[in-house]
Amino acid sequence: MTTTLLSVHGVSRTFASQSGGASTVALQATDLLVAENDFITILGPSGCGKSTLLRIVAGLDHQTSGEVLLDGRAISGPGAERGMVFQSYTLFPWLSVRDNVCFGLRERGLPRAQQLEAADAFIAKVGLRGFEHHFPKQLSGGMQQRVAIARALANGPRMLLMDEPFGALDHQTRELMQELLLGIWEAERKTVLFVTHDIDEAVFMGSRVVVMSARPGRIKLDRKVPLAHPRHYSVKTSPEFAALKAELTEQVRAEVMAAQEVAATGR
Amino acid sequence: MKPLTPVEPGARVALGIGFFILFFVAWAAVTLGGLVSKTFLADPLSMVASGWTLVQQGFLQDVGMTVWRVLGGFAIAAALALPLGVAMGAYKPIEAFFEPFVSFARYLPASAFIPLLILWAGIGEAQKLSVIFIGSFFQLVLMIAVTVGNTRRDLVEAAYTLGSTDVSLVKRVLIPGAAPEIAEILRMVLGWAWTYVIVAELIGASSGIGHMITDSQALLATDQIIFGIIVIGLIGLVSDFAFKWLNRRLFPWAQLGR
Repeated sequence: MTTTLLSVHGVSRTFASQSGGASTVALQATDLLVAENDFITILGPSGCGKSTLLRIVAGLDHQTSGEVLLDGRAISGPGAERGMVFQSYTLFPWLSVRDNVCFGLRERGLPRAQQLEAADAFIAKVGLRGFEHHFPKQLSGGMQQRVAIARALANGPRMLLMDEPFGALDHQTRELMQELLLGIWEAERKTVLFVTHDIDEAVFMGSRVVVMSARPGRIKLDRKVPLAHPRHYSVKTSPEFAALKAELTEQVRAEVMAAQEVAATGR
Repeated sequence: MKPLTPVEPGARVALGIGFFILFFVAWAAVTLGGLVSKTFLADPLSMVASGWTLVQQGFLQDVGMTVWRVLGGFAIAAALALPLGVAMGAYKPIEAFFEPFVSFARYLPASAFIPLLILWAGIGEAQKLSVIFIGSFFQLVLMIAVTVGNTRRDLVEAAYTLGSTDVSLVKRVLIPGAAPEIAEILRMVLGWAWTYVIVAELIGASSGIGHMITDSQALLATDQIIFGIIVIGLIGLVSDFAFKWLNRRLFPWAQLGR
């Protein structure tokens, strides 16, 4: 019943050093299979290469070895079939909310009427009806990220890549955003690859959680999340949630300690 | 007064006008009070009187000539500098090709070209326009290239993940994102163009504000010279305000959160 949408085979990334010293291995040879309609959260300490992996899938960075296949075709650069939501606020400040959401559709040469129809539908889905004509700077951070999600989804991508999209938001806003995104996912079942360092977020959102080790990054653990959909936020207090969270906390903690040790010994 | 605390709009206008008044009062006190000889510095009243006489003798035509020269030379410079600056900012090989020369050329003093330009283009309009062109073109190119090159990289990446091609990235992200700053650059360099036109008119011109000033020098008419200088200042102020107003109208999004 599950078909593989994205496959990552032996992908590694080494950054050449600027000063001619030893180069840095950001990502060790990594394998990852993402099934259609899956929601995978990638968890790990900062600097573990999780964002690097996501950026390679997005086509914004190039792997040193290995290959990434989407629908069986190798990825060679960024493209509209892989929508991305960034941690930083990347709405185009000169465009209104509506024109931001239309950006990709216009790029595809869709007639304006169809652009607006699709854009307004997704603006409504993220709860921003009435803000179509606002400029990004007139919106709060959480609202801007909602527009960014609408912009990525309106483009009809095969999958959605999210690089700590709620990382810059305050705790309460972040929880509301998680529920919003999860609700949209439960309705549309768009394949998502979601990078975070927040364990609660990883468990609550993901149908699968992947834990990465400290630098040089590799996949250390891969767990299915045993929570049924649709998920209510109260699931965060359930025993299943707590058990998985406890296990992941141990794993991530060990990696953070390892990372600090590496940093302390001057690598 | 606290550092960086904004001042109310009304108080701001009052303060700005206040200094103008103070300046004229000090000037009047020094000249009318007899501290400075009339030969060196005319007083404000005789400046206004001889200004009026000049206007009656057709000085406005000179003003028109000067404005025309500035706008003409500046328009040519901007029309060529915009595409080149954007191309340099967007494409690094093009920047590597032109940037060293442009950086060198922008330190060539435009006024030092006047003798050469008179030789090449005579003392007609082409020479005046050329001085302004040389004075503003290289500055514009360099500043526009830097602005376009400073486009936020995360916006560029976002555009690519939304399906932008390289050409549409330039058209839909680099240019609109840099537009308000480019407009500011145009406003600034237009101000510099005013100094070049006067220099060009001081040497080898038969009309224009600069020409009137040279004529007045021969007559020791400091009142006329000062009137000419003040007219230039006023026109500069008006064009600056017009530019600022236009920028605010064209790029409302760039004003938010300032």
